[in-house]
Amino acid sequence: MAPRVGVVVFPGTNCELDAAYALEHAGAEAVTLFHADTDLKGVDGVIVPGGFAHGDYLRTGAIARFSPIMASVAEFAAAGGPVVGICNGFQVLCEAGLLPGALQKNAGLKFICRTVDLRVETTTTALTNSLEAGVVLRIPINHFEGNYTCAPETLARLRDEDRIVVRYVDNPNGSVDAIAGVCNEGRNVVGLMPHPERAIESVLGSADGAGMIASIVRAAGAGVVA
Amino acid sequence: MARYEARIEVTHLPGILDPQGVTVERALPALGYTNVSHVKIGKSIRLEVDATDEGTARAQVEEMCERLLANPVIEAYEIHLAEFAG
Repeated sequence: MAPRVGVVVFPGTNCELDAAYALEHAGAEAVTLFHADTDLKGVDGVIVPGGFAHGDYLRTGAIARFSPIMASVAEFAAAGGPVVGICNGFQVLCEAGLLPGALQKNAGLKFICRTVDLRVETTTTALTNSLEAGVVLRIPINHFEGNYTCAPETLARLRDEDRIVVRYVDNPNGSVDAIAGVCNEGRNVVGLMPHPERAIESVLGSADGAGMIASIVRAAGAGVVA
Repeated sequence: MARYEARIEVTHLPGILDPQGVTVERALPALGYTNVSHVKIGKSIRLEVDATDEGTARAQVEEMCERLLANPVIEAYEIHLAEFAG
């Protein structure tokens, strides 16, 4: 049976169809999880996709984290279930305290929308278990608040524990240590600013994101992260 | 029970970018104000809270700041509290 992966939809989410398409393309069944629900419908993994959840009022992700569905996602994550936040989803997971740090406005003060080179730094996560360490992928970014920041002691810990999952080859937004994505201690919760779900077929300009989506599906199907 | 009015100023922590502040700082010299620096733009949040005393009200507003109104990773906040005058 195909692994079932939930796609969380808040008011203002706009990447849920891309995420669902990418999941189905990778052989999974995509299940919509509405923000006002608490039932995860028995899914084996969760994607929190991009967009502008709750209009990004107050701060990006600040209101979304209080959605009823997020309490269930936090429980699922605490039990070791794979959860991946993409772009706005990464911001939501940071605000929810499921991932460390925060995303501030891009250095250069510009919204950036282009395809960048992304280096996979570790493969023992729910996002990278089907990839090789050191490989460079072409993946689009599309954000204004993608400048990752955290306290110096948090950064030291992320490095020591090999929790920096992907780095920009050419840092586009000022992120500390060129960080594009990080994971939690259990390595089952991953957040990244780039959009792998938009790079799964060559007709889209790159198929390099397919390995990341395959990793999520694999983690969901196997019930293990890596 | 008394009513207190809280004015909360949320600002960026040192080292965190303030794009609006930077942009305004660049714009002011164009109007001839060449002696301006350190422009900072934050958020001002006002709310009223009913509480038995000022200490309780302040403690509650502080908790609101920590949990929702500010993100301690990137923001600082300052609370100004006064009994509501109507």
